[in-house]
Amino acid sequence: MREPQEYAAIILAGSRILDPSQGMDGSGALLIVDGRIAAIGSEQDVEAKLSELDIGPEQRMTLRQPAGSVIAPGFVDLHAHLRQPGFEAKETIATGAEAAARGGFTTICCMPNTQPVIDSRATLEYVLRAAENAPVRIGPIAAISKGEDGHELSEMVELAQAGVVAFSDDGRPVASSKLMRSALEYAAPLGLPVVEHCQDEDLVGGGVMHEGQISTLLGLKGWPAEGEEVMLARDLALVRLTGAKYHAAHLSTAGAVELVRQAKREGLPVTAEVTPHHLLLTDAWVAGERTGPLADALAEIGVPVLPGERYDTDTKVNPPLRTAKDCAALLAGLRDGTIDAIATDHAPHTLTDKACEYGEAAFGISGLETALASLLALVHVERLDLATLVAALTVRPARAWNLDAGTLKVGAHADITVFDPNEAWVVDPARFASKGKNTPLTGLTLHGRVRQTWLGGKLVYAAGN
Amino acid sequence: MAKTTRITYRCSFCGKEQNEVQRLIAGPGGVYVCDECTHAFTEVLANAESALALPAHTRVLTAADPYKEKVGGLVRCSFCGKSREQVNAMIAGPGGVHICNECVDLCLQIIEEERNPAAHGHAEQTHAPSSADGVRKHLLDVDDWSASEIGALFARADAMGAALARPETKLDTLRGKVMVNLFYENSTRTRVSFELAGKKLGADVTNVTASASSVTKGESLIDTVRTLQALGARIVVVRSSQAGAPDLIARHIDGSVLNAGDGWHAHPTQALLDLYTIVRRLGPVRGRRIVILGDILHSRVARSNIWTLTAMGATVVLCGPPTLLPPAAADLYAARPVPGTDARREVIVEPHIERALEGADVVMALRLQRERQQAGLLPSIREYSAVWGLTPERLKLANPGALVLHPGPMNEGVEIDPAVAYGDASVIEEQVTNGVAIRMAALELVAGADQKRGE
Repeated sequence: MREPQEYAAIILAGSRILDPSQGMDGSGALLIVDGRIAAIGSEQDVEAKLSELDIGPEQRMTLRQPAGSVIAPGFVDLHAHLRQPGFEAKETIATGAEAAARGGFTTICCMPNTQPVIDSRATLEYVLRAAENAPVRIGPIAAISKGEDGHELSEMVELAQAGVVAFSDDGRPVASSKLMRSALEYAAPLGLPVVEHCQDEDLVGGGVMHEGQISTLLGLKGWPAEGEEVMLARDLALVRLTGAKYHAAHLSTAGAVELVRQAKREGLPVTAEVTPHHLLLTDAWVAGERTGPLADALAEIGVPVLPGERYDTDTKVNPPLRTAKDCAALLAGLRDGTIDAIATDHAPHTLTDKACEYGEAAFGISGLETALASLLALVHVERLDLATLVAALTVRPARAWNLDAGTLKVGAHADITVFDPNEAWVVDPARFASKGKNTPLTGLTLHGRVRQTWLGGKLVYAAGN
Repeated sequence: MAKTTRITYRCSFCGKEQNEVQRLIAGPGGVYVCDECTHAFTEVLANAESALALPAHTRVLTAADPYKEKVGGLVRCSFCGKSREQVNAMIAGPGGVHICNECVDLCLQIIEEERNPAAHGHAEQTHAPSSADGVRKHLLDVDDWSASEIGALFARADAMGAALARPETKLDTLRGKVMVNLFYENSTRTRVSFELAGKKLGADVTNVTASASSVTKGESLIDTVRTLQALGARIVVVRSSQAGAPDLIARHIDGSVLNAGDGWHAHPTQALLDLYTIVRRLGPVRGRRIVILGDILHSRVARSNIWTLTAMGATVVLCGPPTLLPPAAADLYAARPVPGTDARREVIVEPHIERALEGADVVMALRLQRERQQAGLLPSIREYSAVWGLTPERLKLANPGALVLHPGPMNEGVEIDPAVAYGDASVIEEQVTNGVAIRMAALELVAGADQKRGE
């Protein structure tokens, strides 16, 4: 049997097509020619296009998807850590990209907090070369400051010319208001967003989990919600001053959502993202008490959620898991468009980085391979519309950063995700493609699985049985 | 919005769907076993020769298989949670699911009963066995202790106190057992107290004083504990600057762990001995007003005392500089009733010392670390002492006969005036004495669990 790519035309048919970029949601078919979408609509539309292009039956491969599956644009992740160069034990560009493909992502943007930091053309070119044969498109984000040390700007113009998609000192928030102002001014004419990990390090000062009841229960140092809001408010004032594009990474607090809502109302060029774990999990998970939207949803569909372990270091993430009230505000923000995108903040670590006391453990959750299924829990209990979820994973992040992705419009790259929203599976990190096995969801039964991922008309991932 | 839920459940061992088998039995957390696998497992457990009947990637674990997962501690039955040592046989399926021989039997019973519905009612869900049978494997925290459990421990502490009055005799509760005091922080009274308690119970006691720097040198706590276990340790008493260190150890050791203080989190035996000291002097504490004074935020002693005192029905007043009070404390304790009851825990936060002390029956002063000033939490030690120091004048605001406690070591003249520390109200030395009896009772408690495991 020939490979799909040996045919002149590939037709995906027989299932629901959901493409929020063109308001499409219904059964239909999709035609891929030369790695791009050639037609999308009814099977007749596809047939007409095939005749127009004079592609005979022997040159066509038709893949009928099982009933119940959904064809969507390939997902776009604005926030992933691929760890290469420097931390290859945690992840490499190859393993991270493989994990992305399995999670249904076709475009991922990788953060520059590598060793060395992506703050120069040399490092950037190394990353771009390593990404060349990856099964997903990789858009590197360059550092705002040299070495992410918050003192001198990186060479932003040259980095923009060499192909970065944004600037960020993620993980090392820009403490200096003056440097942040300079970065925004410098980035404005480049049209690229400056991405902030909002954390006033002075106020947060070594906090390891959300400051509140549970930090008091466990005797862990708190990371107050205001640590995020103080820096976001400062940044928004600087955006007002400079007019530059600004993107707030991984919002985690109700107050932060409200700040972004007001900024958008005012017309500031601000976008924002939220992670699956901040939408779904609460600080109580640190105490092994699995409450919040994911646990509620699983209980509602009849999956028992047992208590976890206290001080489970896989719940340690920055910004920290917060309260159910924050989860609710984040979901409301996602639904009303205040928050543009869902981004994973995929942060893989080695077992050793996590097999220690909570205070000593590394921050981060390996998220690419559980994002879809965990978020679908909200869809299954009707807290979130499937179309909104797919939009937040596709067209909304693509528009936020002006990326050539996230759509199945005719002429677009044939970057496609096919998923079964109902298939049940048990999260087992040993089966992750990612080297990062650090997820608090281990052992949970989730519903929804990626069946196929296509990149530029090539099948880059197909689920085995 | 269209409802898209169509959930398929599969056997975690053979992968067959619900409609492909006769019966699917659910365990906790989304594990399932089908009737076909149950029968296959029953067969293979009865007769090892029939191993061919098992689904792919499923097999009976042998002595050569490790008893621990690479991550996450002991290999345990996914249905009842028992470890391999607690059961006769364990079958491993794909993706880290396990089922023990006991659960196979139980599932077989359920299936048989359904075929013959006259026999019994349905029992779809298996349940993990309760740990509330008078023994505890570990003593990590006291947040889940009930008044009756505390009362039972105190009765044993009384007996231990009587035994301590006969210095020439040793008990044999822990005879032949290796107990390690693993202290990552300096401590005199707690370590010596545990050491004396262990020796009186007949244990072989070893002290390991690991400097905090050995952690940064790359020696992980888990490594250290595994080494101790390989050397025969059955009981590890741990003191660490890191909250949750005892929980971490408990996940990597077959024996018992006693928390001798972890970061700001908990100091269970200190809280128990404080309460014991109070009860011996004042009788039941229900309705009594007990003030904890000082740096509550950084205090594991305060955190543990709040749980035990409120479990017994006392009202706890937290008093100290606003910067040293823990966030959301009143909400936290209000949201967590005493186990086995719906009794609300009474916790009041009151930064004004005079108001806090008014009508108090007990005042517990906490040590103030001098580095709080450098951290910007206090203007000066001098001001702290002037405003929140426990002086004889202030103590007069309390009820007549009120007791004064301090977990030690004291900064005399800072948080407590020497006239109070050594005055009539002070029971600070009794606390130290009672500590040995309480720790003996605590060691006996976990040794009971160890005994049960060995049976």
